[in-house]
Amino acid sequence: MNKSQLPPATTGGLLSSPRNRAIIFQCLALLAVVACAFYFTSNMFDNIEKRGITTGFSFLGETAGFGVSQSLIAYDDTTSTFLDVFIVGILNTLLVGVIGIICASVFGLLIGIGRLSSNFIVAKLSLVYIETFRNIPILLQILFWYNIVLAALPGPRQSFSYFESIFLNNRGLLLPEPIFQSGSIFILIAFVIACTAVIFLTRWAKKRHDQTGEEFPLIKVSLAILIVSPLLAYFVTGQPITAEYPALKGFNFQGGLAIIPEFLALTFALSIYTATYIAEAVRAGIEAVASGQKEAAESLGLKKHVILRKVVLPQALRVIIPPVINQYLNLVKNSSLATAIGYPEIVTLFSGTTLNQVGQAIEIIMMTMAVYLTFSIVISLLLNWVNAKMEIKGR
Amino acid sequence: MAVYTFKEAKAAPSTSRGVLFWLRENLFSDIKNSVLTLLGIYIVYIMIPPLLDWMIFDATWSGTQKEIVNSGARWIFIIEKFDQFMYGFYPVAEDWRPNLVGLISIAFLLSLKFIPNIKVKLGLMLIYPFVCFVLISGGWFGLEEVPTEKWGGLMLTILVAAVGIIASFPIGIVLALGRQSEMPILKTLCVGFIEFIRGVPLITILFMASVVLPLFFSDGIDFDKLLRALIGITLFQSAYIAEVIRGGLQAIPKGQYEAAESLGLGYWQGMLLIILPQALKISIPNLVGSFISLFKDTTLVLIIGLFDVLAMVTLTTSDALWLGYEIEGYVFVTMIYWVCCFSMSQYSKSVERKYHTEH
Repeated sequence: MNKSQLPPATTGGLLSSPRNRAIIFQCLALLAVVACAFYFTSNMFDNIEKRGITTGFSFLGETAGFGVSQSLIAYDDTTSTFLDVFIVGILNTLLVGVIGIICASVFGLLIGIGRLSSNFIVAKLSLVYIETFRNIPILLQILFWYNIVLAALPGPRQSFSYFESIFLNNRGLLLPEPIFQSGSIFILIAFVIACTAVIFLTRWAKKRHDQTGEEFPLIKVSLAILIVSPLLAYFVTGQPITAEYPALKGFNFQGGLAIIPEFLALTFALSIYTATYIAEAVRAGIEAVASGQKEAAESLGLKKHVILRKVVLPQALRVIIPPVINQYLNLVKNSSLATAIGYPEIVTLFSGTTLNQVGQAIEIIMMTMAVYLTFSIVISLLLNWVNAKMEIKGR
Repeated sequence: MAVYTFKEAKAAPSTSRGVLFWLRENLFSDIKNSVLTLLGIYIVYIMIPPLLDWMIFDATWSGTQKEIVNSGARWIFIIEKFDQFMYGFYPVAEDWRPNLVGLISIAFLLSLKFIPNIKVKLGLMLIYPFVCFVLISGGWFGLEEVPTEKWGGLMLTILVAAVGIIASFPIGIVLALGRQSEMPILKTLCVGFIEFIRGVPLITILFMASVVLPLFFSDGIDFDKLLRALIGITLFQSAYIAEVIRGGLQAIPKGQYEAAESLGLGYWQGMLLIILPQALKISIPNLVGSFISLFKDTTLVLIIGLFDVLAMVTLTTSDALWLGYEIEGYVFVTMIYWVCCFSMSQYSKSVERKYHTEH
């Protein structure tokens, strides 16, 4: 009800004025919510007392005592606490999220562009890809890759091997692990310096372009700087990065960087699935650019790649980015399905294993939800920032 | 004086129409395009023939599993376990009940379309869920009672999706109206609920419904597992429906609200007679999209221990006789989901085209 446009209160008693009605209605709604909350919490405390469930967060300090198959921080079965489990879970969720987002964006962009290709076969194949993977539940896809495809891979002894350094078998993917010796810090420093140099170069090139209209081959030069300087540092400091190669010892591989099959299945399925949505967003965004814009740019005699970069993309991105960011959030939320295949992320570790051991359902579920709520708040802040930045600036 | 003679019209150049022209234009316009075309053909070549071989030409359709010699799919597994995939542990003798419910549902949907009288429609809407519930769960009118633990398979999937859609619809409308209202407390409550639900994954809501919800009620009230899942799914879906309908409400021009007010209609009259019908019509494609998501999301109930059609794959293949038949199971379930979701999305596209009146 729009207060400002309502007629003034009439004389017909308390209820006839819309403003009073609104206040009474809201009070009733609030009362109902408070009453429900009171009923639930009092029942909750009764039940907790009756069943002898402990409350509070003191369980976080207790030793967990179970193993975790993948952890980004130091984790030990015998000494690590439930708080460590919580952190390991969050980090593993983030790991799947970040890798999944990168892969899904690359796939999605390629497929989205392919969908608009003038090549008949490429366009139809992209369409088939989108319609196939978008219409199958993501949980089914995760289970399929994990239970069928990865389980069908050979055992460690018959692994697929690539260049004698990458191995794929039913226990996961093994990669050479980089080992940083002293002196490798200089490579990082060189890389940071190169990045700064590229930023200054970009500014200088833009300024020169504004003043003289001359184009500078910015992308090629920047790439060269970014690649050459760390490489130079690598050789000057005497090649301080070596790699430890995985090697078959007995029945399994030792050394190297082992990526567990649960991670492979989950990340692959999430990327493939989310990519279909990103592809559709990309297509919708590019199609949303009025064809007159492109024709106008062509009639000005601009080159094809300049049209794409300076006319089409800036307008398309405004339409593409918001739904894509929402898909990123969906990907992170969908990573919770890992619990079906046992990848140790926050839901598996916390709402699964920890809940079974501790039994404090309320605290544990609330903490899990709080993690995801934090992600979604961060992502929506990001979305608002992007939207504000991309707004059409009228003069 | 020169006499002008007509010349024969030249035939159109062979390269500007026809199959060859189409091929050249769409597949081989330049080197890059030709490479992409060949790559595409190669992908089709390595994917399609083996897939067809496996699914159809080399597949085993009948006989007993001992006689399997073909290298293709062993569909006899699906045929053998078909009943379980459809109805879970529902007693085979009672299968006619879910089937009858399916027929009643189709008749119900058709009657909504063809019966003009709104009172009859409302009456049917009130009777329909009750009839379905009695038929499936039994215990009345001499029907054998079937406890919910025995419900399963595709029947359960459809049931969860249908209840989620139907129950969340009115809640979603109320939430959307609450979010649009100018009463601050009401608005805050609705926004809080919607954003909370949309910020967390469905699986945590299902966990909450299955482990925390029972703690909220006093001992006498005992929920069964299916009901808890249904509550969780309904809460989840109503937040999403609310956002879809909010989009529809926002698309209604302000003049419509003002027109309703100027006619002297109250809030509810104006909403029900003027605003909501238009808003819902605009929202149809997005609502269908949201139903598709829900239909796919029903698979998550397997994580809290209900036996939907996807869970049946694990269950049927743990039968000692049928170990190692997962792939047929997954492919079969995939096809069910794909056909349902794809047809729904095509329907939503056709609706979108129907209402697309701009140029």
